[in-house]
Amino acid sequence: MPKTLFEKIWDAHVVSHPPNSPAVLYVDLHLVHEVTSPQAFTELRQRGIKARRPLQTIATMDHSTPTTPRGADGLIPVTDAMAVTQLKTLVDNCHEHGIPVFELGTEKQGIVHVIGPELGLTQPGMTIVCGDSHTSTHGAFGALAFGIGTSEVAHVLATQTLLQNKPLTYEIRVDGQLQDGVTAKDIILAVIANIGIGGGTGHVFEYTGSAIRSLSMEARMTICNMSIEGGARAGLIAPDETTFDYIQGRPHAPQGADWDKAVAYWRTLPSDAGATYDKQLILDANTLAPMITYGTNPGMGMCITECVPDPKQYSDNSQKMALDKALAYMDLQPGQPLLGHKVDVVFVGSCTNSRISDLRLAAQMIKGHRVAEGVRMLVVPGSQTVKRQAEAEGLHKVFVEAGAEWREAGCSMCIAMNGDQLQPGQYAVSTSNRNFEGRQGRGGRTFLASPLTAVASAINGVVTDPRTMVAERAFEVAPA
Amino acid sequence: MEPLKPFSASLVPLPIENIDTDQIIPARYLKVTDKNSLAEGCFTDWRQDPEFVLNNPRYQNGHILVAGHNFGCGSSREHAPWALKAYGFQAVISTYFADIFRNNSLKNGLLPIVVDAETHQALLDLAEEAPEAEVHIDLASQTVTLPNGQKAFFPIDPFSKTCLLEGIDELGYLMKQTPEIEAFEVSHPARVQTLQP
Repeated sequence: MPKTLFEKIWDAHVVSHPPNSPAVLYVDLHLVHEVTSPQAFTELRQRGIKARRPLQTIATMDHSTPTTPRGADGLIPVTDAMAVTQLKTLVDNCHEHGIPVFELGTEKQGIVHVIGPELGLTQPGMTIVCGDSHTSTHGAFGALAFGIGTSEVAHVLATQTLLQNKPLTYEIRVDGQLQDGVTAKDIILAVIANIGIGGGTGHVFEYTGSAIRSLSMEARMTICNMSIEGGARAGLIAPDETTFDYIQGRPHAPQGADWDKAVAYWRTLPSDAGATYDKQLILDANTLAPMITYGTNPGMGMCITECVPDPKQYSDNSQKMALDKALAYMDLQPGQPLLGHKVDVVFVGSCTNSRISDLRLAAQMIKGHRVAEGVRMLVVPGSQTVKRQAEAEGLHKVFVEAGAEWREAGCSMCIAMNGDQLQPGQYAVSTSNRNFEGRQGRGGRTFLASPLTAVASAINGVVTDPRTMVAERAFEVAPA
Repeated sequence: MEPLKPFSASLVPLPIENIDTDQIIPARYLKVTDKNSLAEGCFTDWRQDPEFVLNNPRYQNGHILVAGHNFGCGSSREHAPWALKAYGFQAVISTYFADIFRNNSLKNGLLPIVVDAETHQALLDLAEEAPEAEVHIDLASQTVTLPNGQKAFFPIDPFSKTCLLEGIDELGYLMKQTPEIEAFEVSHPARVQTLQP
């Protein structure tokens, strides 16, 4: 019986399947951060349980951490008392259980979904979980990776397993070639606009097709990252030479004979010919344009040249109400174009688009330009490693000379719980993953888009189709 | 966890689809290290609007939220069911739920009840016409009963149902799997070690 990539990983991790119970699924790697873990550690403490596999667990600080400049002592100052307590709690918990933790500002600290791959911890065929819905990011390596709640964080800490009902599968095939100025971010925004934010509920995505195969690992991560925005807890891409090349030589990658053995195993993982999926969507990369969202969920997206839809077009009352509410919040009118709409803030960062290739693309776009008068642009690298690399390449100077802010690593304005936030009524073009009401700051309004669209909009001070600038500047924009 | 007993409560209608966890509990309330004081954050930004249903005196006694489809989408924060429970909700009724929210709710005794569109509309109509009217929820028979006697069946996986009815704690259940886990680890060595190489 031919199997999908998902089924192979699932089957290899079922510890047991007691009658009338979900499967007990083994977890190879558990990622932990400060926001969703404290109550789980409390649960363990109350029961007198120690972490079962502390060295299959890694912790970092990212959500409530400031991205403001370091002080004279070289440390990043944390002024929010609750954040101070939360960060200290993480360190204490990790020390108590022997879990390695990357503290704020240290060499390997960064967004949890950026550091796993860059350290070589994320590998094909693994099961990876984290108390964070964007854990789907790691699926880019052909790992089954999904977000869990805090109760489940406690389950994994205590037993290295989870009780899971087997999800259905959903193939998303994207064939063809992206046009200049169109990126991986536009692919995933198009997918979500197509199926809606609940479209993948109960399913695991597998992204296939020539357009996906031609993407770099970092671009694949951008796509898998937003699987949850289509309702799927996980999104997978089969491992191939691109995957192996990315992993080889990273700190935690297998070495020597172990490497050969690992690669031989990884080559067995791609879905078998004839394997079937429960659902399928097919998109043509050739026809994709830069995408932008107009509403208050990531499914409310359109090609950047289109106009805001009219709630009257919906016969379903609850759909109509949702769009009415979204447009009222966004202060947009049906039929209005977004091109030319004013922008107050541009955010380049988040676990979706804060890796070195994203920053290179953004720097290439902004070089020789300035951020428009009255626009605030933040560039927030995904990790300290990305930050060092960008600085070694001089990218930070390009951003600063253009008038953008170059920040420390973290989630920053994607979730706006660290002080980096929009003011009520402001409009942002953001490379992050969620445009929910208040997501980037209470009353703030978010247009989700690619790094190219974000930078083009920063330069002009209004929402801008990056293709006009790509053509004008005639630089090579490889698919990010 | 306490066993979940049958209960009757009145409804709070919120027929908006795709209500995300950032609305249920905004991120600025996530800096806590415990589960307390989350009631204050529950739908806090929407509650700034005097017209919002939770500010409507007609629905002050409601303990069952009737929401549009895909309720609880977005983040994995378990603070969402914690906040809803702290605010006083015992169940949420929708036509379907986001996966992580549903799992988190089941682990906290907040019943995510899935009904068909017709029943959903009947419940919204009931809430509109008779805000004080109570519906009866019985997990054992997996039914919602309206005041007129109309019954609607709702699905739930048998394991979650047993856990809720008998107050079985999932972590305790998993701990009992230790022999199987140990055996599995023999044939499935650690793929990575997170100590810095």
